[in-house]
Amino acid sequence: MDRLTELENRSIYIIREAYHQFGRLAALWSVGKDSTALVWLCKKAFFGDVPFPVVHIDTSYKFPEMYSFRDEMVARWGLDLIVARNEEALARGVGPHEGSKLNCCTELKTNALKQCIAEYGFEGLLLAIRRDEHGIRAKERYFSPRDRQFRWNYEDQPPELWDQYTSEVDEEFHLRVHPLLEWRELDVWLYVRRENLPVNPLYFARDGKRYRSLGCKTCCSPVQSNASTVDEIIEEIRTGRTAERAGRAQDKEDAYTMQKLRALGYM
Amino acid sequence: MEDEALKLVLVGSVDHGKSTLIGRLFHDTDSLPEGKLEEIRAASEAEGKELEFGFVMDHLREERQRGMTIDTAQTFFSTERRQYVIIDAPGHKEFLKNMISGASQAEAALLICSAHEGVEEQTRRHAYVLKLLGLSQTIVAYNKMDLVHYDRRRFEEVRSELLRFLDRIGISPALEIPISAKLGDNVAGRSANMPWYGGPTILEALDRFEKGPAPLEKPVRFPIQDVYELDGGQLAVGRVESGVLRRGAELTFLPTGRMRTVLNIRKFGEEDLAEAPAGECIGVIFDRDDVQRGEVGCPPGETARQAVSFQASIFWMARAPLQAGEELSVRCSTQERVCRVSAIRERVDSSTLEHLEHNAAALQETEVGEVTISTDSPIVLESFTDVPELGRFVLVRGCDVVAGGIVTAPEAGA
Ligand SMILES: Nc1nc2c(ncn2[C@@H]2O[C@H](COP(=O)(O)OP(=O)(O)O)[C@@H](O)[C@H]2O)c(=O)[nH]1
Repeated sequence: MDRLTELENRSIYIIREAYHQFGRLAALWSVGKDSTALVWLCKKAFFGDVPFPVVHIDTSYKFPEMYSFRDEMVARWGLDLIVARNEEALARGVGPHEGSKLNCCTELKTNALKQCIAEYGFEGLLLAIRRDEHGIRAKERYFSPRDRQFRWNYEDQPPELWDQYTSEVDEEFHLRVHPLLEWRELDVWLYVRRENLPVNPLYFARDGKRYRSLGCKTCCSPVQSNASTVDEIIEEIRTGRTAERAGRAQDKEDAYTMQKLRALGYM
Repeated sequence: MEDEALKLVLVGSVDHGKSTLIGRLFHDTDSLPEGKLEEIRAASEAEGKELEFGFVMDHLREERQRGMTIDTAQTFFSTERRQYVIIDAPGHKEFLKNMISGASQAEAALLICSAHEGVEEQTRRHAYVLKLLGLSQTIVAYNKMDLVHYDRRRFEEVRSELLRFLDRIGISPALEIPISAKLGDNVAGRSANMPWYGGPTILEALDRFEKGPAPLEKPVRFPIQDVYELDGGQLAVGRVESGVLRRGAELTFLPTGRMRTVLNIRKFGEEDLAEAPAGECIGVIFDRDDVQRGEVGCPPGETARQAVSFQASIFWMARAPLQAGEELSVRCSTQERVCRVSAIRERVDSSTLEHLEHNAAALQETEVGEVTISTDSPIVLESFTDVPELGRFVLVRGCDVVAGGIVTAPEAGA
């Protein structure tokens, strides 16, 4: 079995376990390449129709191309979309230009997600994080409990053996499920090519620059690149050594910001 | 090349150099992302240390400060032959559950033992866990050779001590390599400091590992994972764990004993497949809609075993000890049963292999037990060496996974 098929099977197994386990399950969909691949895997796991909602955490500072891509995909794939926005914080004027970036992320992402979980009562959330994205993500389990404050007790995680995942947790916890944990950035692009998945145009180079990782417009900068097709992106990743998140401001502000965000429950 | 990836776990006692070796492997294979080396150098300096390659893996602040690896971490580096997914497993006793979590995901192991410190309690315990998990592809790296002046006699001394232990538990390492993770001797390049060693480097040794072949020759085992309603009928989903499932095949489902015929094998976008080999997650339409999660499909003449009592080796991972007779649940593949550990026949120290007690009343954290487990209703099993997916299980207390285990005999027996 080739590597992509192996990865796909493993992810589908995990998605089906999560669906079996949780009455209220949702997939977080940032509209980027990884979570779009995740949603596609969900479609495959359930033979076409994703039987749970996909949640887009909308800070309102995303690229216009992301909103249009989102709406196009919702129609094309027949998705049940929930848009999670922290309206209260937005009304207070919270944004990337006021105060620290950490505060902005906390309010518009973490708190927006908390409100969404409280409103819908989700017990399980599928997230498209990958271990090779960032050293801290390398610590993740496939099924990872978070408390109401979204705290991640990474020092004392439950054991996870073979395909037996932590499935029940106390009431104040929910489980984060990571079906793509084992995938590499390269695998995602190879999969995009194999499955012929739609790609947000922001990933393709324009005027010598492209976005390698998508977030908020205000905190994302493009990397130098001439890769304007999926094939060229694959070639670039194979030969290049720039860290994927090199263009993300939140990683630079403080080497430990990412860790703080993780512990706080940011995806 | 990108098609192959091998999952490798590094184990061994704390401070023997696992993290350092991982950092070194990344560095020497040119696998560090741009900017990473500078980041590590800055982080090392900020904490008043020399360049610590261990920081590549030890990403969490606490780990940097305490200078130890807390949890398993995993990431990638490449050689000419393939990519390696590295699982870094912590060496401290209190983190054994993390080491086990990491090792249970691996396909091959690298056991690190410092030639300076010598064989320690955790070195032996980790080796024993590898054995229990069935990780038979193992390389031993004798690290910190620079601290013992690259002395061959010291190497042979530590080596023979470790080999005696490995021999007792039935592990025969594929290769044994003297290295210095810190300075790079025998990691990517051959060391000029140890002319007496003529074997391969770590990288060469890793590239000799072979991925285990898929168990296609074995009889079919198809545990049902779930059942979906589709187009007015039922689609039973699951992963083929061994053999090749074919359209038209008859399957006996255990433990119910019902016989069903495979009418249609499906994956999304691929209706009516002729067959599905081990490893494929598929949907199956049977001639009748009644199979359920936890049932295991087998060819009628070659069924798996089923039992209400079986023998196993378990390693206990919870702080609160296991009490003989205590009610727990056992999960094996997609099955779940209420169970009792009806006897702890032997209580074993997982580091010294000392048999601490016969017919014990309790099992403590990090101890291994040779136990008999009784279930409230029949459970489908195989011996771990036959079909690992049906020969390994976890024990659950409340919400917590408290033990991992390997079926040694799928019936009560002696
Ligand atoms: N001299 C020397 N020191 C080493 C070597 N490998 C590791 N160390 C040091 O031993 C300490 C523990 O190493 P580390 O990789 O953190 O061990 P781990 O706990 O097994 O991950 C660190 O201070 C390393 O710098 C080596 O080959 N030679």
